[in-house]
This record gives sequence, structure tokens and C-alpha cells, in this order.
Amino acid sequence: MTAATRDGVILEVRDLVKHFPVGGGLFSGPQAMVRAVNGVSFTIRKGETLGLVGESGCGKTTTGRCILQLERPTSGSVVFEGRDLTTMDAPELRKVRRTIQVIFQDPYSSLNPRMTVGQIVAEPMAVHGLVTDAVKRQARVRELLGRVGLLPQHAARYPHELSGGQRQRVGIARALAMEPSLIVCDEPVSALDVSIQAQIINLLEDLQAEFGLTYLFVAHDLAVVRHISDRVAVMYLGKIVELAPRKELYDEPLHPYTRALLSAVPIPDPELEMRREHIVLKGEVPSPLKPPPGCVFHPRCPVAIDRCSMEVPPLREVKPGHWAACLLA
Amino acid sequence: MSTVTTTADALAVPARQGLSSLVLARFARHRPAVASVVVIACLGLGALLADRVSPRDPLRIELAHKFAAPLTKGHLLGADELGRDVLSRLLHAGRISLSVGLAAMAVTVVVGTVLGSVAGYFGRSLDAVLLRLTDAMLSFPPIFMLLALAAFVRPSLPSMTVIIAVTSWMDVTRMVRGQVLSLREQEFVTGARALGAGAARIMVRHLFPNTVGIIAVAATLSVARAILLESYISFLGYGIQPPLASWGNMLNNAQSYFSTAPWVAIFPGLVITLAVTSFNFLGDGLRDALDPRSVQSRA
Repeated sequence: MTAATRDGVILEVRDLVKHFPVGGGLFSGPQAMVRAVNGVSFTIRKGETLGLVGESGCGKTTTGRCILQLERPTSGSVVFEGRDLTTMDAPELRKVRRTIQVIFQDPYSSLNPRMTVGQIVAEPMAVHGLVTDAVKRQARVRELLGRVGLLPQHAARYPHELSGGQRQRVGIARALAMEPSLIVCDEPVSALDVSIQAQIINLLEDLQAEFGLTYLFVAHDLAVVRHISDRVAVMYLGKIVELAPRKELYDEPLHPYTRALLSAVPIPDPELEMRREHIVLKGEVPSPLKPPPGCVFHPRCPVAIDRCSMEVPPLREVKPGHWAACLLA
Repeated sequence: MSTVTTTADALAVPARQGLSSLVLARFARHRPAVASVVVIACLGLGALLADRVSPRDPLRIELAHKFAAPLTKGHLLGADELGRDVLSRLLHAGRISLSVGLAAMAVTVVVGTVLGSVAGYFGRSLDAVLLRLTDAMLSFPPIFMLLALAAFVRPSLPSMTVIIAVTSWMDVTRMVRGQVLSLREQEFVTGARALGAGAARIMVRHLFPNTVGIIAVAATLSVARAILLESYISFLGYGIQPPLASWGNMLNNAQSYFSTAPWVAIFPGLVITLAVTSFNFLGDGLRDALDPRSVQSRA
């Protein structure tokens, strides 16, 4: 345990901003900026699962990619185990990549169709020049496949021969190969059948218990996030609007956007479902090219007041451990 | 397996169904392509074994047999203006024409693949520069460029190969670049980057194997093109020089006698047509068989 992990914090994201330039030609600058992530801050403690939810285009995937340094953030810092990844050079970053891994959403496009499962799982070892002995590498691949519930025979197969759930298990085995401490799960189950989703979620939980893994779990399915997360952050238009321990967020949401999201989750009881209040948001999500001034949610907010269109509400700790970015919270 | 979640789905080991057998099965359904393989094999074997199967020495002049018609005086396909056996010359010319075709294809494919991958993967200014260069090259009429180049160099097998490759690499470059551009955004490439894989590894292990399909198609089509271009240059007299025979210069020789001894022109023309269409059909068949949309049918 290094001094870097003080207070058990393994990852600290501070004021993360990612803008993508759009338009513009050879001789003119970009026409506009897509403000995909606009000042996001949070921490993750070792061994915890932080759920990151929001609808499509809210910047949750970009946040994950910025943490992985697959996208270089426009500004802000990503401090992992005490070291800022955003200022690292390529060789340093390469070493850190062993300890931060990723599991992707689409089990069809995340595996190279021309490589066997064995080659895919062994690739991290090849990239980092570890376990150069072929026999030992094979043994390690078999071990990893066993860990994720696959059979040694699967190593000789190509991805197209496997089912979606099996492919996602291969992706998990690849992520585990380097014994990472943090795994960014980018919607790992949203492309799978519901029955398979449960299996993969359970597998991720088992592996977390076994290896002491930390997860950043990006998803849009509130039920899935509720199941796996310790704390949940809700994103809207490039900003975190609410961050709280799971139970608090689901039982006592403070931000009107969170409330609207939760009211959209169906309850498996028709009578209760009929009786309870449904908050239907008006309008569409504004374009991230031109986010509204003040609170980004105010044009659709059912309880907005005049001040909301002028003042940007800071993400403040309303109750211990429960953060919300709403002037009225 | 105590803590591991194992399920029936995870343990199912599907029946083997290799990529290659799938591709082969689909290729077999493309009749013209299969026929083309046979034709190309015959032409190739004929060229390879020309010394053994040729009825006569292709350079032997027998003035007594001048313009012998097909099936007379022991000439299956007739004889030319110097009494040389047309069949023997065609077989030997096949060596030249096919090897120019294959060598030019090899150069074209290597140059095109490297430039296309680099442009597609690194993008930005490198891509812009390479793309403008290919556009500039494409904007020259190929025949004009061929003749201009051919006028400056002494015709030989290597020089013909290089000249043809110089005028043909752009198509492959553009195809590979396009493919790499779309592959680059796939999650398995992002995944490789997340693992810490470098650009070289990503290009060799991840991008190249996934472009092999379109490269194979581009390669066969470029053989056809190269054979045609070689014939063209030789027909115009800038290519392979007599007495050495290529399909193109045989045609060149024959043009003055077309009305009196048409077989001297018809057979080389026929062979060129056969070779070029066969390679084109082969490319078509490969394209259909390797189409990723059908390969990855998720049924």
C-alpha cells in the first residue's frame, strides 16, 4: 500500500473537461465545440464501485475514456494512485495502463475477429513483455478463462463462434490478465440479453470480491447500476448533477433530473405503477454544442425558478456524502 | 470453481466453423470465379512449363512456314510472319506477361497497404498529404503517364513492373485507407490502445489482418490491370522488345497482317481477354466471399 492511496482513494477526477472541435476546414479553425464533458469531479475509493449514469450523449463514456487517457482531456486532472495521468508521457502511461483496464459495451466489436480467444486474452502479456514463455502463457490463459467461467477449449475459438455472453467473458478475462486495480466498465451489459446481463453482473461482483477490484461502472440502466454500485453519480449534459450513496440516491433523490430518471424506471407491480407519480420531462436534451446558461437542466426542469437560468449551481454536499448541483436542493 | 459464476451459456462450446471454410463455401457458389480459377491455373501452368509443353522453340524462324494457318504444317494455332509457332510463343509470352502482372501487383499491394494503413491510422496532416498525392496521381490519365514514363526508361521486366506499379498504387491505397479509417474506431482497436499497445503492433496485429480481405480483392484486380497495361505498352512498342514475346507485342506485330493472317492477332488478343476477365471474376468472387457483412452473420 503506497502513500498515494491515502483515505483509500484510488482515483480522483478533478474538473475534467473534454471539448471536441467540430467543423472547420484546412484553412479555418473549428466552427464550434462539442462540450462533451464540462467540469466533472469525483473520487473512487479502493474496492468500491461507482456507478455513472445518464442518457446517451451526456458524456459518461467520454469521461471513462478520459480516465483511460484514450482521449486526452482538454483540461482538468485524473489522479490515479497519487499520480496525474494527464501530464504523463507515453512510456510512463504505458506502465500505468497495466493497472487500469477497460471492459467495453459491444462484445461484437471489442474483440478482434481475426484473433483466437487465446491470443486475445494473451495479448496484454505480449504487449507488456510479461510471461514470455509460451507454455506458461498458455497456462495463464487457461487460468483466466476458468476465472471468468469459460473452458480451456474456448482458447482455440474465434470470437464469431461464441455467444454474446461468452464474448463479454473473454473481454473480462483480457481485462483481468494484467491484474489491474481499476476497471472502467463502459456499459458492459447493455448489449446483452437480460438473462445474460445478470450472469455478467454476478461475475463482475465475484471478481471484485476475489481480487479487490475497483470499478467505474458506466451505464444507462438504473436497475443494473443500482444492483452493482456502492455510490452513484448522475450525469446530464457533461456535468455531474448528483452523487450519492446508492440507497440515498434511489430513496431520496435531491436533483429534479434524478427524480425524473427514477420515475421513468418501471416498477414490476402494475397497481403501484399506476398509482405512483410519473415525471415526464418536456423537450429534448439541449445540444452539447450550445449548452444553456446557468443550470444546464433549467430549460426542462419542472421546478426551475428565474435564478436557475443565470447562476451555475455548484455541486455541493447537501447532506454528508450526498452531493447535488441544484440551487433548490 | 467455487466463486466463479458458471452457467450453461458460458460452458457451451460451439461446433467448429472456421472462417476459412465459410469463405470457401461462399466462393464455390460464385460460378464465374470458380471457372476463372481453372483458366488462371491453366495459363499459369502453361507459362510455368512453357519449355516442356511448347511444341517448338518460340524463337525458331522457319520461313517456309510463314503464315501457316492453324492446324497446318504442325502448327496448332498457326505461325506468324517469320514462321514462328504461335502456340509456343503464346506460352512463353505468358511467362513475361503473367510475371509482369504478378510483380506489379506485389509492388502495388505493398506500397498501397503501407501508405493506406499509415494514412488511415495516423490521420490528420499525414493523411491529408497522402490523400492529395493519390488524388494528384489519379488525375493523370494512366495511359499518358505510362507512355511518358516508358519513353524515359529502357524496357525490361523490372522497369515495366515499376512503371505499372507507379501508375496503379493509388486504388489500393484508397481502399486500405478507407478500411483502416473504419476499423480504427472499432472497440477492439481502442481496447488494444488501452492495453498499451503501440502503433506498430496495432497496425500489424489488429488492422492488417482485418484488411486482408479487401487487399486480396484489390490484388487480383490489380493483376488484371497490370496485364492489360503491359499489353498496352508493348502493343504501342514501348514495352517488352522483340524477339522476346509478350502478349502485347505479339498483338503489335500482328496488326499489319490482320486481314491476311488473322490468327496471328486473334490468339494473343483472346489470351489477354481471357486472362484479364478471369482475374476480374476472381476478384469479384473473392469480394463476395470475404464480405465482412456475410462473414459475421450472427445467426
